[in-house]
Amino acid sequence: MSRLSATSRLHTAVFACLLMLGVALAGAASPLHAQNAPAAAAAPSQVAVPALTMQVTDTIGMLDANQRATLESGLQAYAKRTGTQIGILLIASTAPEAIEQYGIRVADAWKLGRKGIDDGVILIVAKDNPKDLRRLRLEVGRGVQGTLTDAQANRILQDVIAPHFRQNDYYGGLAAASASLQTLLDREHLPAPAAPPPVAKQDSGLAGVLPMLFLMVIGIALVSSRMRRGGSALSSNGWGRTAGVILGSQLGSALGRGSGGFGGGGGGFGGGGGGGFSGGGGGFDGGGASGNW
Amino acid sequence: MTTQRTNSIARIRNRLAIVLLVSVLSGCSYNQFQTKDEAVKAAWSEVVNQYQRRADLIPNLVNTVKGYASHERETLEAVTRARAAATGMTVTPEVLNNPEAFKKFQQVQGDLSSALSRLLVVTENYPQLKADAGFRDLQSQLEGTENRITVARNRYIAQVQDYNVLTRSFPSNLTAMIFKYNVKPAFTVENEKAISNAPTVNFGK
Repeated sequence: MSRLSATSRLHTAVFACLLMLGVALAGAASPLHAQNAPAAAAAPSQVAVPALTMQVTDTIGMLDANQRATLESGLQAYAKRTGTQIGILLIASTAPEAIEQYGIRVADAWKLGRKGIDDGVILIVAKDNPKDLRRLRLEVGRGVQGTLTDAQANRILQDVIAPHFRQNDYYGGLAAASASLQTLLDREHLPAPAAPPPVAKQDSGLAGVLPMLFLMVIGIALVSSRMRRGGSALSSNGWGRTAGVILGSQLGSALGRGSGGFGGGGGGFGGGGGGGFSGGGGGFDGGGASGNW
Repeated sequence: MTTQRTNSIARIRNRLAIVLLVSVLSGCSYNQFQTKDEAVKAAWSEVVNQYQRRADLIPNLVNTVKGYASHERETLEAVTRARAAATGMTVTPEVLNNPEAFKKFQQVQGDLSSALSRLLVVTENYPQLKADAGFRDLQSQLEGTENRITVARNRYIAQVQDYNVLTRSFPSNLTAMIFKYNVKPAFTVENEKAISNAPTVNFGK
């Protein structure tokens, strides 16, 4: 009796799954299935995060060209020397969001710092923010929170930047902040920067498929050896063939997925030469400090 | 002879069934469930971790405030009590499969949040306390941690949403049913208000 119910249950399951397979295949290309990552799309009322092209992004002209270039080259040199990426973003306002909410969106979009080391730091100035949304924010990557603690971040905002900003000396404040950030970050014992830019890795799709291929070959060998012995209807024969088919289907789906590619750019580091700058994939957890001047 | 034949047919059918079952399991997002379940658990651990970090800051904070405002005993004790309740609750990943426990977790952390914000309001009346360097550091650590909690909670909510969509939408909901992947709880709006209202810490101005 239990056997009967077991078979019938199996049948139902097989039927259900067949149905699912059909639907899944039909729906594979539909956009409904494309919603993989939790989308962090900005709601229309939120201030957009500017694209990351330089380490100092000034959207409101707080600095003149010379000042910006000086800051930029200082931060670039630091990134080259230590691998730690420091970004500065100057904007008008983050309303209706508080600067912390905006800040984590910037951090998630820019991904400053090296992947796995998480040594990025972002200083955000929202010049015209109302005081309760805060005008200053220091987002600190997970990897450097040992020396750049929340308390230290707060001191940099209050004791280093704010006095300059109160005198409308924006460049002075930012330059001083950049210097004291570097002094603090130097105390963190981080791995040295990777010397040459990492050789572009070949499509890892193939690497993922290789073990499957290997197993499939074994499966085929098993099946064919059984067959040669004259189809003695051993149940293991069936298993061999089954395994072959299963692996084959897995292989097929893996190959089908092949060209997906990774978006992360594992630790790649665009600070170097001509123009382009991009984050290395560092993670942030909302640590840091906010303040006003 | 005929029985042998039916036997072999049955065997072939069973084999076919197994092939289908296995290929279909990968086809109908069984592996996706594994990935997303783990992602939710990781996001949850981060939430718990940050709440723990906050709880660790509190004894120092209470002691510092005591030094300047010892007669605010009521408020201080409320914070200590709420912290004891929050840390007294054992939090395992199983909490995610138990809506009651999840609610309880939100409750105790929410209580601690409101006790803390009452304490921080009180400190506004003590200029000497506010000038204390140690207090200032504690305040910024607390504020940073509150923000980390908010970020961790938001990331958890996003992961749970992702997972729950998979659990509920059509072909994969059958997989969820067979393997008992239930919808997971997220922080609710009422609690959002209670918990994530980071105490307004105004230092310096």
